[in-house]
Amino acid sequence: MSPSLFLIVLLGMASYVYMQGKRRAFRLASSESDSTKLHSRPGYYGMLTALWCFLPALLVFSFWMMFSGSVLTTLALRTLPDTMQNIPPNQLNLLINDLHNLIAGHVAAKDIDPVLQLAAEQYLGMERISRISLAVVMFAVALFFSSLIYRRITPRLRARNHVERIVQTGLMICSGLAVLITIGIVVSVMFESIRFFQQVPVTDFLFGLKWSPQMAMREDQAGSSGSFGAIPIMAGTFMISGIALSVAVPIGLMSAIYLSEYAPPRVRAWAKPVMEILAGVPTVVYGFFAALVVAPFIRNSGELLGLDVSSESALAAGLVMGVMIIPFISSLSDDVITAVPQAMRDGSYGLGATKSETIKNVIIPAALPGIVGGVLLAASRAIGETMIVVMAAGLSANLTANPLQAVTTVTVQIVTLLVGDQEFDSPKTLVAFALGLLLFLVTLVLNVIALYVVRKYREEYE
Amino acid sequence: MQSRKKETSMDKMNIGLAKRYRKERRFRLFGLAAVFASITFLGILFVSIAANGWTAFQQTEILLDVHFDTAEFDVDNLYSVNYGALVKNSMRSLFPEVKGRSDKRDLYRLMSSGAVYILQDMVMKDSGIIGSTQQIWLPADDEVDMLMKGHISRDVTEGDRRLNDKQISWVDTLVAEKRLEKKFNTTFFTAGDSREPELAGIRGAAVGSLFTLAVTLLLSFPIGVATAVYLEEFAPRNKWTDLVEVNINNLAAVPSIVFGLLGLAVFLNIFGMPRSAPLVGGLVLTLMTLPTIIIASRAALKSVPPSIREAALGVGASKMQAITHHILPLALPGMLTGTIIGMAQALGETAPLLMIGMVAFIVDVPGSVTDPSTVLPVQIYLWADSPERAFVERTSAAIMVLLAFLISMNAIAVFLRRKFERRW
Repeated sequence: MSPSLFLIVLLGMASYVYMQGKRRAFRLASSESDSTKLHSRPGYYGMLTALWCFLPALLVFSFWMMFSGSVLTTLALRTLPDTMQNIPPNQLNLLINDLHNLIAGHVAAKDIDPVLQLAAEQYLGMERISRISLAVVMFAVALFFSSLIYRRITPRLRARNHVERIVQTGLMICSGLAVLITIGIVVSVMFESIRFFQQVPVTDFLFGLKWSPQMAMREDQAGSSGSFGAIPIMAGTFMISGIALSVAVPIGLMSAIYLSEYAPPRVRAWAKPVMEILAGVPTVVYGFFAALVVAPFIRNSGELLGLDVSSESALAAGLVMGVMIIPFISSLSDDVITAVPQAMRDGSYGLGATKSETIKNVIIPAALPGIVGGVLLAASRAIGETMIVVMAAGLSANLTANPLQAVTTVTVQIVTLLVGDQEFDSPKTLVAFALGLLLFLVTLVLNVIALYVVRKYREEYE
Repeated sequence: MQSRKKETSMDKMNIGLAKRYRKERRFRLFGLAAVFASITFLGILFVSIAANGWTAFQQTEILLDVHFDTAEFDVDNLYSVNYGALVKNSMRSLFPEVKGRSDKRDLYRLMSSGAVYILQDMVMKDSGIIGSTQQIWLPADDEVDMLMKGHISRDVTEGDRRLNDKQISWVDTLVAEKRLEKKFNTTFFTAGDSREPELAGIRGAAVGSLFTLAVTLLLSFPIGVATAVYLEEFAPRNKWTDLVEVNINNLAAVPSIVFGLLGLAVFLNIFGMPRSAPLVGGLVLTLMTLPTIIIASRAALKSVPPSIREAALGVGASKMQAITHHILPLALPGMLTGTIIGMAQALGETAPLLMIGMVAFIVDVPGSVTDPSTVLPVQIYLWADSPERAFVERTSAAIMVLLAFLISMNAIAVFLRRKFERRW
């Protein structure tokens, strides 16, 4: 019996209860004299019964799903001898891992520790018991509440109001989820970052010039402690984003101007969606394109000019990232440019200005807050972009201003540190969360500034 | 006198005017060039992917006469049969003149290591073929495949080539005998991942993507619509509502990798959910696509004219009835369009899934949302990292498949919008 089966049975039960409630309401309506009418339509009585059948049981179910695993693991660990229980936390984690692998049956039969095997059997036995008790509790709760409501169905029960209140509460909880996600991001990333900063000082992280995130296995190892200075990777991030923006801003802005001011409607209707496709291409495709086509092209043309170009140059990643964010800038600028009222253009033409003079002296200044906001949003997009740089930029943290050399970025480091096996007590893993926090804060600040600029300096017409 | 006066004003202006018109033309040209540049980039991107990838839909195969010798087969245990020897015997019978261990080994290398399993499957399916001789097309090794597709140059000196001169001469003989041909690559669509390019396929990743998207859709659509309805129809104007709105707008701009960090820290480490599972991938992508769906759904709700709401309320419907019976059905096409666009984003997303372990090398096609699996974009990333030349074309082909999915999803969204869009 799998837990998902319980849910299906519960759903079936709820729909049965719905019909019963509805039928009872119908019966009441026909048996009573005409003077007492039902308060709500019969369906609402059924709905109310079904909701009270389903929701409390669902609550029980989700609590069980959340906590049973860890409770059962603790109980199973208790059965182990004391020598195995009193070990440092990281070894305990390994032990728990072994136990779970055993339970899932992922281990070949010959290398099983008999003690652990016993614990696993215990676990499975207890899991069976807990599942049966869950089923009993869940269905008892469902039955109890639905029969309670079923008995209380009278013509005067205000079923519709009850149902609507429940639904509205549900809607409110859903909308609170967005806040919960943000809190979840901040708390989870912050929690691991604090653990990192307990081992490495904040100042070393923020102002350190050297990045080599290794931890020594032994104390006396050569080059024992790693260094976690984020400056080189921040510099790399800003360099690649800078290259991207210097590609995307002129091209995006000019194409927005051309499409909104010059292009005939047919060209506009055709070219705008085509440019939007650029935004819809997955970033992994851009990354592959950068690594396969753009990087070799740049290296070869660099060699022709006698330049020494790294095969993972910042230039290649930046150029392709620039192409990716062109549509952001062009569509955001397009919106603000078309929002500039026609009267301003007409006024400028009336004074004898040419179209380009009007654009440069009237339209762009009027649309500037929106354009700046768009550029800032694009910048935050570029800083947070991952796949292009993972596939086309380098891993070595060089502190350099030469775009032909390989640099690394925050997102590349997060990916390399967290893909593969991790230990959650080593600074090497935890630093990824500190980088994530940094990334989150930088992009958040950029977004907030962008929204502020747009709101504060927006010219209101009419 | 008169002519001199004219020169100072009109001519001066005309000189300036010509300059200004030149500037005007230049500016306009810049604009056109910018549009042209971005469309050219798109063109180069698509053309280079297609040029690299279309060959992956073909696979070189070799026709072998395999003799299923009765003596080799133990009917009770068909797995223990040495199928490799069957393939090797057939290869030798094609080239009886090949002697010497290293030459023989070079000969066997022309055949894919997966040929063995194909023979095994054939015998498993129908043990009646034991004792007979069958003509079977079996996949060639990826190096032979590359040679046939022209990616290995014959002009290079022997040492720099992955195939030596003898191997190339054998391949030429096979081609002349019509025993070596390029055929449609069904493996690419039916197999899971593999270390051998000629055996690798996208089915595992595609099924993984399907599961992940199903989880995402099931969670994000109801929650997104519920949030939008609450914010548009019920929410009072207060601090809490403002906070929710600011949050949603900010979430839309949070880098996707941060959602991966959240998934790793919360879903995997705190809740102990399985690594690499589409369930967790779907949860992470739900968090990512929610803002898109909420924003689109709110726009759709806003576009329903207030007169409809007022008419419903006027004939005695409750607020909830007005919404569920009248406003939601009218706003649904817009909501669906936004959802499809959000799903298309989720389908192309890679970075957060790397964080929750969906990069593992997984051969099996996943059977449920808790099985370890990977998704199409991650498969592309994995193949792009592989050193074999043959994976380049497979990566490009997988990209073509992914883009085909994305384009059709967006086409459906556009179609829905065209078909159901109502101007009030």
